[in-house]
Amino acid sequence: MDILRFATAGSVDDGKSTLIGRLLFDSKAIFEDQLEAVERTSRDRGTEYTDLSLLTDGLRAEREQGITIDVAYRYFATPKRKFIIADTPGHIQYTRNMVTGASTADLAIILIDARKGVLEQSRRHAFLTTLLRVPHLVVAINKMDLVDYAEERFEEIREEFTQFASKLNASDLSFIPISALHGDNVVSRSENMPWYQGPSLLHHLEHVHIASDRNLVDVRFPVQYVIRPHKTEFHDYRGYAGQVAGGVLKPGDEVMHLPSGLTTKIASIDTFDGPVTEAFAPMSVTLRLEDHLDISRGDMICRPNNQPKVAQEIDAMVCWMADATKLTPRTKLTIKHTTRTARALVKDLHYRLDVNTLHRDEAATSLSLNEIGRVSLRITQPLFVDDYARNRLTGGFILIDEATNGTVGAGMIV
Amino acid sequence: MLQHDYTTSQLDVLEAEAIHIMREVAAEFERPCLLFSGGKDSIVMLRIAEKAFWPAPIPFPLMHVDTGHNFPEVIDYRDRRAAELGARLVVASVQDSIDAGRVVEETGRRASRNRLQTTTLLDGIEENEFDAVFGGARRDEEKARAKERVFSFRDDFGQWDPKNQRPELWNLYNAKIRKGEHIRVFPLSNWTELDVWDYIRREGIEIPSIYFAHTRRVFERDGMLLPEGDVVQRGDDEPLFEATVRYRTVGDMTCTGAVTSTAATVDEIIAEIAATRITERGATRADDRASEAAMEDRKKEGYF
Repeated sequence: MDILRFATAGSVDDGKSTLIGRLLFDSKAIFEDQLEAVERTSRDRGTEYTDLSLLTDGLRAEREQGITIDVAYRYFATPKRKFIIADTPGHIQYTRNMVTGASTADLAIILIDARKGVLEQSRRHAFLTTLLRVPHLVVAINKMDLVDYAEERFEEIREEFTQFASKLNASDLSFIPISALHGDNVVSRSENMPWYQGPSLLHHLEHVHIASDRNLVDVRFPVQYVIRPHKTEFHDYRGYAGQVAGGVLKPGDEVMHLPSGLTTKIASIDTFDGPVTEAFAPMSVTLRLEDHLDISRGDMICRPNNQPKVAQEIDAMVCWMADATKLTPRTKLTIKHTTRTARALVKDLHYRLDVNTLHRDEAATSLSLNEIGRVSLRITQPLFVDDYARNRLTGGFILIDEATNGTVGAGMIV
Repeated sequence: MLQHDYTTSQLDVLEAEAIHIMREVAAEFERPCLLFSGGKDSIVMLRIAEKAFWPAPIPFPLMHVDTGHNFPEVIDYRDRRAAELGARLVVASVQDSIDAGRVVEETGRRASRNRLQTTTLLDGIEENEFDAVFGGARRDEEKARAKERVFSFRDDFGQWDPKNQRPELWNLYNAKIRKGEHIRVFPLSNWTELDVWDYIRREGIEIPSIYFAHTRRVFERDGMLLPEGDVVQRGDDEPLFEATVRYRTVGDMTCTGAVTSTAATVDEIIAEIAATRITERGATRADDRASEAAMEDRKKEGYF
């Protein structure tokens, strides 16, 4: 059994909570005491139906204001797969949360109300999903019961969305007509829509192929921690611990160390449970090398004929996430990229992107909370980078405010 | 061509993620510690720490907040496991906090040291100058926890501000803090109760005996079975009876309920949990029943 991480985008009005509630309930991930608590609160508040959004809205302020503030993580499993849902709020001010939830997602579900069709927020969700390179996108056209399960309406929306998505470079795109409230095409195929030949949503989630989404071609091993036991038994042991970020490593492989550019061979790939014959993402392992090189945290191990860019000047799409400050040229920040932390200077803001229209505003002089733009950074020491489109782990970075220590930006190298 | 499809099982993915988190902490903080109670989640966390740094020893001490109301079987296990690993164990004692006048013991039948632990924990963190504290909490446990970060920032009062959390993207964790502040780190954030048990089975890890079915003298309160014990205050209207029970969570004797069960092996426990329709905290924890936001309120103050 493997894990599928997916993000859901949409507002309560689109029936997102109802959909998640149904997936959790039908897979028995909601327990009786949780359901009782939700029913009790719904009753106390005079709500006529059981408000399933109470299951995911965990914080007091959220329940009081009836809004979702933050990304909530929910878990369920079927005999086929374990699922991690990053449930992100749909309002405009929460681009930050959507970006956060999408950063680790294998798949995103965008909910569209069949009556309303493709709205501004649907476009925004689609754009953010593709910006974050979520490999699989499912457009769940919900409330089909309210449009008489009409195939024409489904096709209309599909066409409109496909047209917009073609501008986005969206990868694997699927459309599923559903009614979250009545369960049509959620867990099992709906009898109300015989014209729909595709799988149910859950069937799709269970079977979508994700293993090949990881980069298994470019060997990237950011050194995280050097293990030196200082024990008699392992006197000369020196291992480089880390999580594989790309490619497949095997003992005997010739590898290159960056920044030195020196080459050596992998002597062994160690784990607590014994040596392994190969390592690939997302495995956490310890490499031993045949030659003694000066290697420390923040360095990179790759293949001599397939190296990341060694860059002190990078261009990236940056999503700004701070309430109190803005990103402007000359802003100094801390950058964390793989296991390397350095200082960065904003050299240039090329444009700000309108996430609804995709219009590029080249006159923009700053990025505020939830705004996205293309930025050039100069870094105090070289980073070992790939394009984000090629590898999310060696192409993504975070920006940290040096005064508050807050995480204020997320960047994707282009 | 690739020879196989490189699928990774859910436990391997979760383990690799937790190892990555632990190594980040060891690399970026000066003085981390791992909260070890002898409960199943901290047992799994400790095994992962063992794996993350092998063949080197675990590069940080363990800390236990001892309420003085713990199950003796669990305290035995705690000491034995720490000794096996050669780990330093710091015990922060609630009794010491009471004796020092830092907190006042609750009185009455429902008196519990649960809430007092927060002061003892924060004092322990401050005295030892710990800047990162590993906890075994999981997001599936409780809805306030569902929104907590893997690296959860605490101010110099040890408080959590749920509305002002640092965004967390990819596998990049922000470890920046000022002196006096600390980070609570939850490597098992993405694990479920069933994952924890599947992992215990796969790894063949020993767990305290009270997790398995045994005969115990108990009484009923609020639909929970509480144990007979010196520290548990029982009313005359709460008669004792003998039952075959086991513990699904391990906390204080005063507020941790047993569940009726005949599960005597890890396999049987897994079968039982897979079939249950009640959450572990709902079934066994009086401390969470206080209000809708009981956990959120305690967490804001600095609770685990």
